[in-house]
Amino acid sequence: MSAQFLYGGAGILLFALGLWSLLVHEALLRKLIAINIAGGGVFHVFIAIAYRGDTAPPDPVPHALVLTGIVVAVSATALVLALHRRLEQAEESAADAEGRSESASASSAAPPPRTPTERTPTERTPTELTPADLTPADLTPETLHPETPHG
Amino acid sequence: MADLLILPVLVPLLGGLLATALPVRSALVGTLAALATSLSGLGITLLVWLHGDLGTVLGGWGVPLGIGLSADGLSAALLAMASLVALAISIYAGSYFAGSAQARHFWPLWLLLWSALNGVFLAADLFNLYVMLELLGLSAAALGALTGKREAIAANLRYLLVGLLGSLTYLLGVALLYTAYGTLDIGLLGERLGPTPIAATALALMVSGLALKTALFPLHFWLPPAHANAPAPVSAALSALVVKASFYLILRLWTELFAPIADIGAATLLGLLGAGAVLWGSWRALRAQRLKLLAAYSTVAQIGYLFLFFPLLASLPPGTARDDLFAACVLMALTHGFAKAGFFLAAGLVQRKAGHDRISELGGVAQRMPATTFSIALAGSALVGLPPSGSFIGKWVLMRGAFETGQWWWLPVTVLGTLLAAAYVFRVLSRAFGLEPTPLQFVTNARSEIPALLLAFASVALLGLAAGPVWAILGFGAAPA
Repeated sequence: MSAQFLYGGAGILLFALGLWSLLVHEALLRKLIAINIAGGGVFHVFIAIAYRGDTAPPDPVPHALVLTGIVVAVSATALVLALHRRLEQAEESAADAEGRSESASASSAAPPPRTPTERTPTERTPTELTPADLTPADLTPETLHPETPHG
Repeated sequence: MADLLILPVLVPLLGGLLATALPVRSALVGTLAALATSLSGLGITLLVWLHGDLGTVLGGWGVPLGIGLSADGLSAALLAMASLVALAISIYAGSYFAGSAQARHFWPLWLLLWSALNGVFLAADLFNLYVMLELLGLSAAALGALTGKREAIAANLRYLLVGLLGSLTYLLGVALLYTAYGTLDIGLLGERLGPTPIAATALALMVSGLALKTALFPLHFWLPPAHANAPAPVSAALSALVVKASFYLILRLWTELFAPIADIGAATLLGLLGAGAVLWGSWRALRAQRLKLLAAYSTVAQIGYLFLFFPLLASLPPGTARDDLFAACVLMALTHGFAKAGFFLAAGLVQRKAGHDRISELGGVAQRMPATTFSIALAGSALVGLPPSGSFIGKWVLMRGAFETGQWWWLPVTVLGTLLAAAYVFRVLSRAFGLEPTPLQFVTNARSEIPALLLAFASVALLGLAAGPVWAILGFGAAPA
């Protein structure tokens, strides 16, 4: 019985940790990991409630639910990662368009969310690379995660 | 006969698979599947209308492992609304996405969304509801990001994470209920559930998770950017149908499952959040610069009205007065489904034609697109609650209930929300007219304008003048005179 409570209690704790981390952290990858940890906590609770003593076999229903839940969690994680990849691509192309119009520092749109060391000459021609792109002011969190005008 | 319950879930799922396999023909396959899905949904509604509640367990497995489906008056009413609204959206989308590369992505996702939506309305146990809610959230976020624009992807990424958090919180509540009562079937749980601390915790977890998904104030922050940046048919589906799925679940759990513990205090908390939604959503809609953002904030406000019914329902004993309030709540949800879908579809046409949807620069739209402007006006009058729309009856019964139960403080909220709604609708209409000559044609693009017009018309005339069937299918007596 105490093992069951320990396992179930650890599940609730994991859920709370994941929830806290999801709300506190800004970076998307951290949010995604946090939500997976919270989900793992819920699955722990389901596994704990399947226990029916040392002699009786465990209740199969919660196990079936956890298997389904894992499939859902994996697909959701994949979709979040795919959307994040698309978001990065959209931001890069927006930043490239920005660079061509030579008004990067004046406009509200974000410059590319990359550090200067990641830039390679093949990605941007030297004419497009202006000194304004490399100023530290462009790399503040505000410019990396622009608010939508109506957020 | 009850085996037919699987059709509204199965038909769009198969249609979606076929549309994925035949990307070149996806529009044709999608339109046919949409027609078949709509017919199957309406067929189930007709069966419930004629024969009463239906229930089945799939695959011959018993109740704990088998997937149970059931349909009662509440599911049938929402299923019928979803069938009609989604069919209109499908016809509109056929024209909206014609010749666009987005079409081959739209149809599979849209049919998957429709399948999950019908699944939520028909599922009979709490875990299958979780799976359907997750499918709904995944397909909705993918559809919302369809344009590939940065704002749309960012907004829908946030929507996806919020939806995942909401579902997980709901699932934790389900785990607690299974621990305490050993079943997931809604009917059985309703019989066994008592006023225990574990049931109260489960109620708090499940309702807060679902409130996050249905965008109840102050958990609405994700809705306006996600709905306003999606393509028009998707905005219509998200606002009219997807938020209704989680609202339907809150209503069902609150009134059927958690009746022993959902007391007046908890209901008043929901009512207060609803009041906040009405005032804040309407105010932000009035201040919005863009037509689609206005419609999205209006959804926040309209969801708020639905929650104003909860404290009144909790303080009334079972009887005609309570039945009237329940039916009026459902009627308002149905009316909003039709009206908001019509509004978003029409707003999408304006955006296409004008190249933007800035409200201050809409002059002349009334002359260039008479049918579309008329749709916006009709849907807007249903959002305000002008007679004879369905929301007029809904608000009437709501205010009468507030008088009868002595909870007068909901009255100024309703009145103020209605005034603000009138202000934001007329603000759009007053800008739509310009000094251009009036054309001879009322309808300029039949295939996309008529679905919007029909939806707006349904919200005003069909549900307002013929509200009786809503009472009848919910199993109540005649509608209030």
